Amino acid sequence: MQITMTVNGTEYSREVEARLLLIHFLRDQLGLTGSHWGCDTSNCGACVVWLDETPVKSCTVLAVMADGHRVRTVEGLEHYGGLDPVQQGFAECHGLQCGFCTPGMMLTARWLLDHNPDPSAEQIREAISGQTCRCTGYENIVRSIRWAAEHA
Amino acid sequence: MPDEMAGTAGHRMNGAYGPVRRKEDARFVRGKGHFVDDIQLPGMLHAAILRSPLAHARIVSIDTAAAQAHPKVRAVITGQTLEGRGLAWMPTLSRDVQAVLATDKVRFQGQEVACVVAEDSYSARDALELVNVEYAPLPVVIDARKALDPAAAVIRDDLEGKQDNHIFDWEAGDRPATDAVFAAADIVVAQDMLYPRSHPAPLETCGTVADMDTVTGKLTVWSTTQAPHVHRTLYALVAGLPEHKIRIISPDIGGGFGNKVPIYPGYICAVVGSIMTGRPVKWVEDRSENLMSTSFARDYHMHGEMAATKDGRIIGLRASVLADHGAFNGSAQPTKFPAGFFHIFTGSYDLQAAHCTVTGVYTNKAPGGVAYSCSFRITEAVYLVERLVDVLAYELGADAGELRMKNLLRPEQFPYTCPTGWEYDSGNYPRALQVAMDMAGYPQLRREQAEMRARGEYMGIGLSFFTEGVGAGPRRHMDILGLGMADGADLRVHPTGKAVLSVSCQTQGQGHETTFAQIVAQELGMSPDDVEVVHGDTDSTPFGLGTYGSRSTPVSGAAAVMVARKVRERARIVASAMLEVSPGDLEWANGTWQVRGDPDKARNIAEIAMAAHSALELPDGVEGHLDASTVYNPPNLTYPFGAYICVTDVDAGTGEVKIRRFIAVDDCGVRINPMIVEGQIHGGLADGVGMALMQVIAFDDSGNCLGGSFMDYLLPTSVECPSWELGETVTPSPHHPIGAKGVGESATVGSPAAIVNSVLDALRPLRVRHADMPLTPANVWCAIQGHPVRTDLAIP
Repeated sequence: MQITMTVNGTEYSREVEARLLLIHFLRDQLGLTGSHWGCDTSNCGACVVWLDETPVKSCTVLAVMADGHRVRTVEGLEHYGGLDPVQQGFAECHGLQCGFCTPGMMLTARWLLDHNPDPSAEQIREAISGQTCRCTGYENIVRSIRWAAEHA
Repeated sequence: MPDEMAGTAGHRMNGAYGPVRRKEDARFVRGKGHFVDDIQLPGMLHAAILRSPLAHARIVSIDTAAAQAHPKVRAVITGQTLEGRGLAWMPTLSRDVQAVLATDKVRFQGQEVACVVAEDSYSARDALELVNVEYAPLPVVIDARKALDPAAAVIRDDLEGKQDNHIFDWEAGDRPATDAVFAAADIVVAQDMLYPRSHPAPLETCGTVADMDTVTGKLTVWSTTQAPHVHRTLYALVAGLPEHKIRIISPDIGGGFGNKVPIYPGYICAVVGSIMTGRPVKWVEDRSENLMSTSFARDYHMHGEMAATKDGRIIGLRASVLADHGAFNGSAQPTKFPAGFFHIFTGSYDLQAAHCTVTGVYTNKAPGGVAYSCSFRITEAVYLVERLVDVLAYELGADAGELRMKNLLRPEQFPYTCPTGWEYDSGNYPRALQVAMDMAGYPQLRREQAEMRARGEYMGIGLSFFTEGVGAGPRRHMDILGLGMADGADLRVHPTGKAVLSVSCQTQGQGHETTFAQIVAQELGMSPDDVEVVHGDTDSTPFGLGTYGSRSTPVSGAAAVMVARKVRERARIVASAMLEVSPGDLEWANGTWQVRGDPDKARNIAEIAMAAHSALELPDGVEGHLDASTVYNPPNLTYPFGAYICVTDVDAGTGEVKIRRFIAVDDCGVRINPMIVEGQIHGGLADGVGMALMQVIAFDDSGNCLGGSFMDYLLPTSVECPSWELGETVTPSPHHPIGAKGVGESATVGSPAAIVNSVLDALRPLRVRHADMPLTPANVWCAIQGHPVRTDLAIP
């Protein structure tokens, strides 16, 4: 099938199999390897990207479902002024160790702060509760997102 | 070396040590990490593995014709293919053998049977459906407690003369002395407890890209390995390839936790696939493959007994353990220790005698056992002794905190040799426990608990105190497959004074690129920004055993210190030539070599490095340039310790457990980067929550794995984890060159017992003395009803 989508502001048209997952389309066909695959079952959230304005788990979205839509990945977090405050916060507060869950966590964090610029620790924990980090025990992720809120 | 200090120290810089932000993060926050699955090579093929649906069955036939005919398939590999190359079986890290692809039987559900190599990963998966395997089912051995029954099916009939499922018997300590202590005791408590099978489940699964250059004969393997040099040597030994023609590259690793130490059949298949096709082959397992076939952790069925006087003085300890190693004995630990370091099970207490036995058995389950940040089975040991202390407190009606304080080793007893022979290097245990109790507000918590109990509410306060021995290890005692556990380090200072350190250990998120730069910077008076750390490529790093068992700082970290000191001594000679004095007239001060008594005459490393590469006349016998290499053979393990307190609220109606607070006081000696140390502890505490409350790999009576996806194998998220409260004490290691101890696994080792003790403390009014992990709501509810659950045989 022929699909067209805008990823991080750039339009891409590709011929894909109907069964191709969005995560594999982004990683293998567009070379955007910042989004990771972790579980196949929508549990871990390593593959979280934005579909239009909403974080989705791209291991359970077909690439064809993104036809005609906008996708934002970790590679689209940086803007002209440099790193997004969320990216800065994760580096500043040791919000990552192995870095595998980090892109998905940051995309959810960006969404949260766009909707709630001053979230409590509890609200942050709820927002990222659909994603797994095996390294940090979450505490420093919460602090990282708070840092971003305070340095918007 | 800094003096001992206590309390919740703020993070401040001390020379190059301190909370330096991580160098690694610049790439990770941009999505520019470089993981194995990110690798794309020209012409690369993709492998997928067909796995057994049965736990035990004879293979009648394998028909690959339809798969071979698939238009996108380039190779189909079976056990027969591998037999022709002598690769159907491979040695394990415990000197057993493991089937790469099954030839005779399948021995666990998920075992590797065939491999398809195709143009893309989807086609490879399609073609797996076309491989037709006929199985003849055999009786299964799932319950480890029945593995040695005379009627049990023999799993390892591939081993000549094997007629049972017994692997080893092992013991430590003094049995007669222990029996005598028990005979004289006022009170003996006994408890059966299971440390159930779990899985490390790093977020990145295991995978590899193998590329055999048919012209040069050089094999390059990008692999998710925590031990690249060990893998290189094993590939040489297994495949008969010359070792200088093997290059292992371990790029960014998405978490390891011991899951990425062994060589897995998929790696061998990818190598063979590349040899067969002449093209690079990528194999990356999916999550179910990871959970069902790669190295699990624990699975220790333990019986513990503790002897004490009536006033609560613990005097003896004994344990017998049944260890379920799965279908192949593939656990990874130093050769002399088939049960790992379990026999450090006397923990942190001043006992008169101890004795333990461990029996290993085969079952129809995946191989492994030593993984998941266990410090070579110290996790199991700490859990045993810390549960027994609480059982003793339960029987004596004593306070679990006071009972521990009374029995902890005292500072003046260090260095201390425990009843099973470990020599603890340093410690001040009562101080750490006191700091934890002060942080928790222990007396107030007990008062609150009493008030809640009066209202019929169940609040628990659980403690654990752990001692680990980490940093394997002294070569005379410790090797893996004959490879002594010493680590090399190379350091090269460039003419402009910038340095490159090459190390053999392999970060999986521990931040070595930052902390190892801090180590060198501290020794040479440099900025950590000016030190590049090279790791993860066997062609550009010295030999060493890798990163697991919390050994990086104790062994490779020490190597980095020693190599920097070698360079510093070389720099002294160069500086003496520059300043036209004798080396003996120089002293190292403020990051420079300076003339004693004349601080104006000084040269820093950058000045010395340029001179060392220049035309400067050096004394006879001194080579130019500024570099050195070393191998560090640790004289002993390092012994980190800590005191943990967990506060829980338990709903007796639903069995739900909520962790209200978790206080962790860790002593890992000198902290190079306290920010990173605290991150390591945070992660380990979350592991403890998972193991204590959620995670288990159980099996049904047909041998079906009941934890084969993240829908069934539950990991803790941000809402199950509390905001951790950390404290620290600092008792330097006397033998480590900078006084540091390993810390990567401390919290995973110490925290499960605190959580379980807390839940059972909550249930004390209901007379529940013990329940096995994981303490899921259903399991807790069953325990309250008086019907405890075998958590290895069902998901409670």
